[in-house]
Amino acid sequence: MNFDFDDDQRSIKSTAREFLASRSKFEKVRECSEGGHYDEAIWKEMIDLGWAGIFIPEQYGGQELGVVELVILQEELGYAVTPSPFFSNAAAGLMVLHAGSDEQKERLLPGVASGEATGTVGILHDGSAPLVPDAEAASFIVLAGEGDTTRIVEAGDAKIEHRDTIDGTRSFARVSGEGEEMPGDAGAGLDRACAALAAELTGCSQRAMEMAVEYAKDRKQFERPIGAYQGVSHRCAEMLLETEGARAATYYAGWAADHEPESLPAAASMAKAYASDAGWRVTASSLQVHGGIGFTWEHDLHFLLKRAKTDGHLLGGASWHRDRVAKIAGLGDAVIAQV
Amino acid sequence: MDLTLSPDEQAFRDEVRAWISDNHPGKEPEGLSEDDQWKFRVDWQRQLHEGGWAGVSWPKEYGGRGATLIESALFNEELAASRAPGPANVLALAMGGPTLIGHGSEEQKERFLPPILTAEEIWCQGFSEPESGSDLASLKTKAVKDGDDWVVTGQKVWTTYAHHAKWCMLVARTDSEVAKHRGLTYFLMDMEQEEVQVRPLRQITGEAEFNELFIEEARIPDENVIGGVGNGWMVAITTLMNERSGLAFGLQVRLKILLGQVIDLVKEQGLEKDPLVRQRIGQLYTESEIMRLNAWRGLTGIMKTGQPGPEGSLGKWHWSDINQALTEFTMDLRGPDAPATDSEFTFEFLRARANSIEGGTTEILKNIVAERVLGLPKLR
Ligand SMILES: Cc1cc2nc3c(=O)[nH]c(=O)nc-3n(C[C@H](O)[C@H](O)[C@H](O)COP(=O)(O)OP(=O)(O)OC[C@H]3O[C@@H](n4cnc5c(N)ncnc54)[C@H](O)[C@@H]3O)c2cc1C
Repeated sequence: MNFDFDDDQRSIKSTAREFLASRSKFEKVRECSEGGHYDEAIWKEMIDLGWAGIFIPEQYGGQELGVVELVILQEELGYAVTPSPFFSNAAAGLMVLHAGSDEQKERLLPGVASGEATGTVGILHDGSAPLVPDAEAASFIVLAGEGDTTRIVEAGDAKIEHRDTIDGTRSFARVSGEGEEMPGDAGAGLDRACAALAAELTGCSQRAMEMAVEYAKDRKQFERPIGAYQGVSHRCAEMLLETEGARAATYYAGWAADHEPESLPAAASMAKAYASDAGWRVTASSLQVHGGIGFTWEHDLHFLLKRAKTDGHLLGGASWHRDRVAKIAGLGDAVIAQV
Repeated sequence: MDLTLSPDEQAFRDEVRAWISDNHPGKEPEGLSEDDQWKFRVDWQRQLHEGGWAGVSWPKEYGGRGATLIESALFNEELAASRAPGPANVLALAMGGPTLIGHGSEEQKERFLPPILTAEEIWCQGFSEPESGSDLASLKTKAVKDGDDWVVTGQKVWTTYAHHAKWCMLVARTDSEVAKHRGLTYFLMDMEQEEVQVRPLRQITGEAEFNELFIEEARIPDENVIGGVGNGWMVAITTLMNERSGLAFGLQVRLKILLGQVIDLVKEQGLEKDPLVRQRIGQLYTESEIMRLNAWRGLTGIMKTGQPGPEGSLGKWHWSDINQALTEFTMDLRGPDAPATDSEFTFEFLRARANSIEGGTTEILKNIVAERVLGLPKLR
C-alpha cells in the first residue's frame, strides 16, 4: 500500500511544473485567451516531450504509460490553465483506445500521439453535442451519448458551429454528424477522460487556493493581514479540504483505471462529481478573498474560475456523476435524467 | 502508487479476520444496565488482550503487538467492519499509552502500561475545564509541590469515563509566573481518593458518558509526572494528536457501515428513485470514500516523512461533517418516525452533534489548518 507517486511519476510532475511555469505564464494565458488562439509553440513542445501520446501504446507511437501519468500532466495543465488542445486530444485517444476497433486504433492513434491529426470528444444531447472542445481544429470527433451509438465523425462530415463560452482559454463548438460506429467499451474511455478532467480541476483548485492564501497574507485591512480574520482564514482552510478531497479522488480514479478497472466507474464519477464542485467552489471562494480586484478582467483569477466552471460541465456535470454513484451504490437506474 | 495490499499485509488482514470471526462477542445485548454494558466492553477488551490484539501498534516490549502503521490501520478497519464493540479502555489504548510510550520513564512504562492492556486500570482524560475548553493552555487547576507529592486543586469537566477510571491524564498549572503554555505539567492522578469527586453529566442523548471532576487537595506522587515539570503542553499535544489521527481508520469504516444502513433505509422507504435522495447518497458515498482515501494517503505521508501531509489535519474535521450529514439524512428519510427514540438512528443523530466539539472543535481545527498548514497569520 503506497498512496504516492513513484520516482518516474514524480519526475514527470516536476518537469511539467517547471516547463509550464516558464512557458505557460499567466501573460501567455491572457494573450491566447484574448486572441482566441492557442500558442502553437507550447503545443509543439508538449508533443516533443511525448505528452500527447503519454498513455498510448508504443505500437501506435505513444509512450505506453498509464492514466496516472496522464492525470499528473492534467493536474499541472490545470494549475497553469494552459491554453492547448491537450485534453480534448487525449480524451479522443482514450475513446479510440478503449472503444475503437483494431483498424480504427491503427488509423487514428498515431495522429493523436504525434499531434498531427488530433481528435476530440463530445457528449450527445438530443442529436448534437453542445459543448465540444477544440472541434474546429480536430481531424476527427468522437460522439457518444446515452442511447446513442458511439461513433467517429471525420471533420469533413461533421457540422461544427463555433460557440463562445466563458472559458476563453479554449475553443468550443456544437457538433453533430454521422460516422463510423465504434465497437468497444465507450464507458471505459469516458471514465478515463473524466479522471483526466478531474485532475485539471484539482490543479485549478490548487492554484486558486495558493493565490488566495498569498493574497490573504499580503493584503492588510484594519491594520492586519486579512488572513488573520477567520472569515478569510476558514475559507482558505475549506479550500484545502476540498482541493485535497478532489486530489485523493482523482488519484484513486487514475490508479483504478490502470490497475483495478472494475472500480473505475465509481471512482471516475466520484472524482468528476467532487472535483467539479470543488473546482467551482474553491475558485469562487478565492475570488471572494481577493475582493474587488478579483472581479476585474485585469486579475488572472478569472481564467481559473472559468476553466473550472467549464470543466465542471464537460463529460457530465456533478449531478449526473453523483446520480451514477448513487446507482452504483445500489439505488438502481434513475427515472429523471441528470445532465 | 500501489493501492493494493502486499502479500504480508494481506496475510495479516486474514489473520485479523479469522481471529475476530472466531472471537466476536456478538452485538451488545439489549436492555443491559450501564454497569453490565461496561462489563461487556471490559470482557471484550480482555479477550482482545488474550489474543494479543490490545495495543496492536504498541511496541512488543510493552506488551503490544509491534504492528506496523499499515497493520494497525488494517486491524482498526477490520474491527470496525466486524461491528465489534470498542474496547473499554479506549482512551488509554489510543491516547494515554502512546503518550506514555513517547514521554514516560522506563519505570512509568513498566508500572502503567500492562494494566491498560488488561483493562484492569481504566484511564480518563482531564484536560478541559469550565473556563478552558478550546483555550486549553489557559487552564487553572493548580498543582503545588509538597515534599514528594504534588497537591492538586481545581475543576475538570466533560471527563469521559471518569466514573470508571483509576487514572486521570491530568494537565495542571505548576507555574503561574511564566507564559501560559510553559507553566503546565502532565500528571497521572489516582482517581481513587476522597479528594477527587466525580459527578456525572447527562448528555443530550440521555446517557452520561462524561463527568465533572471536583479536585480538592488531591495528592499525586512526584513519580507520576509525565515528561517533566513544565512540559505539560508538549505532552498534552501528543495526546491530542493521537486523539485526532489514531482513530481515522475505525471511523471511516463506521461511516461506510452507516452509509450501508442509510441505503437500506432509502430502499425500505421506497425512495430509490427520488432525485434529491440520489444526489445526497451520491455525495455522501463520495465523501466517505474520500475520507478513506485520505486516511491512507496520510499514512503514506507518515511512513515517508514521519508526519502526515496536509490532509492529515483534515480527517477529523471531514469525518465530523460527513457523520453529521449522514445522521441528519437518516432523520429526513424517516419522516414522522424520525423523532421517536425506538431506533438507533435517532440516538446516533443526537450523538453526532458532539463530533464537531469533542477532541477539538471544527473551528479550532480550521484555525490549525490555516495557521500551520497554510501559514496564515494568527489573530492576536
Ligand atoms: C462528548 C464529549 C466528550 C468529551 N470528552 C472529553 C474528555 O474526556 N476530556 C476532556 O478533557 N475534554 C473532553 N471534552 C471536551 C472538549 O474537548 C471541549 O468541549 C472542546 O475542546 C471545546 O471546549 P468548550 O466546550 O469549552 O467550548 P469553547 O472552547 O468555549 O467553544 C465554544 C465555541 O466557540 C468556538 N471557539 C472557541 N475558540 C475559538 C477560536 N479561537 N476561534 C474560533 N472559534 C472558537 C468553538 O469552536 C465553539 O464553537 C469532551 C467533549 C464532548 C462533547
